[in-house]
Amino acid sequence: MPLHLDIVTPEKKIFSDTVDNVYLPGADGEMGILPQHAGLVTALKPGELRYLHNGKVEKMAIGSGFAEVTQTKVIVLTDMALGEAEIDEVTAEEAIKRAQEKLQGVEHSMDAEEVAYLQGVISKSAAALHFKRTFRR
Amino acid sequence: MANLRDIRRRIKSVKNTAQITRAMQLVAAAKMKKAQDQALAGREYALQLTQVLFDIRNNFSEESHALLERREGNRELVLVVSTDKGLCGPINTNLARKLKLMTSPDAHFVTVGRKLRTMGEKLGIKIIADFTVRDPVPFSQTRPIAKFITQQFLDNNYDKVSIAFTSFVNTLRQEPEVVTLLPIEGQKKGEPRAFETVGKGFSVEEHSKDPVRDYTFEPNPSEVLAAILPLYVNYEVFQAISEARASEHSARMVAMKAATDNAKKFIKELTLEYNKLRQGAITAELLEITTAMKAME
Repeated sequence: MPLHLDIVTPEKKIFSDTVDNVYLPGADGEMGILPQHAGLVTALKPGELRYLHNGKVEKMAIGSGFAEVTQTKVIVLTDMALGEAEIDEVTAEEAIKRAQEKLQGVEHSMDAEEVAYLQGVISKSAAALHFKRTFRR
Repeated sequence: MANLRDIRRRIKSVKNTAQITRAMQLVAAAKMKKAQDQALAGREYALQLTQVLFDIRNNFSEESHALLERREGNRELVLVVSTDKGLCGPINTNLARKLKLMTSPDAHFVTVGRKLRTMGEKLGIKIIADFTVRDPVPFSQTRPIAKFITQQFLDNNYDKVSIAFTSFVNTLRQEPEVVTLLPIEGQKKGEPRAFETVGKGFSVEEHSKDPVRDYTFEPNPSEVLAAILPLYVNYEVFQAISEARASEHSARMVAMKAATDNAKKFIKELTLEYNKLRQGAITAELLEITTAMKAME
């Protein structure tokens, strides 16, 4: 029974192929998806996504988003999906710093959406950084 | 018959025009590539997002989220995406025509792009807001637009929000479209989504023979909906504007190419006429000289 995985970001389709299993960073903790999984829609938080593809475990840092799971298909919609090689520590650190500085300037009560957006940027970049560092070890 | 100097002057002016249109064509071509890439890249995400909504539509009733609520009245708000500049062929006129057909006469409008705004002002339609979006389209500038129209809908000022834009098919073809944005309706099976279908054969489909009826939601259904629906609206708006931009630059490129070609053809014709006249003048002059010589003998 095949399990088809699609990873899509607004910029492009990152991955689309049949895999053996997928591990997602769900809002309530990591979850493993195997073929024949029950229908599920989950929010994703920034973290690490893993899948077994042709007998090899592939890892990726993803941002927040959603995943829809059916028995034969997993669709991952996220605002970021980067492999280890694509993450640049310096850029990620700078992104965090910039967002934090901006966050200081924004009135929290005034613009909830902007605050949420900036916090998203921070957690996303932090996840990417964490991923890169654990990968090295 | 026009004299030599007139023709020379005309050739010169047509040459200048050709030069300008050619420069504009090159600029448009460069922008077109970028805009097209952006529009095409975003399609996949918008499509998958629609697909997810389509799959889970049976798990929700209209009451589970304010953005899904269908209302009785027909107060309509239309987001119109036109171009900022002209010289881009017929895409604005086509969109205006489509708008007239598809929307109720007393609809209110939100505009992006200067062209249809000024046209609308002349016709006296009601424009409640106007946004400008930079080029290439940044997501951060489309977010406020989505936020604004969502707010208008939630405040119960309007019963329906549509979006009118020119969808990009290919460099030579752009189609004006008017699609309903709010309330978000579960897409019908196989129903084409304006920009996802045209030219690409995309449509939302029932995947697998036995579609999943009961989805589990994590952390819980209302939270998932509360996050996914605004995201959907944001991306629909973003995608529509990206598509409109790709169409604009393509249309301009084509229009300017046609203008350049026309000018070149015209120069050729004028040059031919000029040479004929010049030859005629020389012949006449020679004749005069020979006759004069004959007379002197």
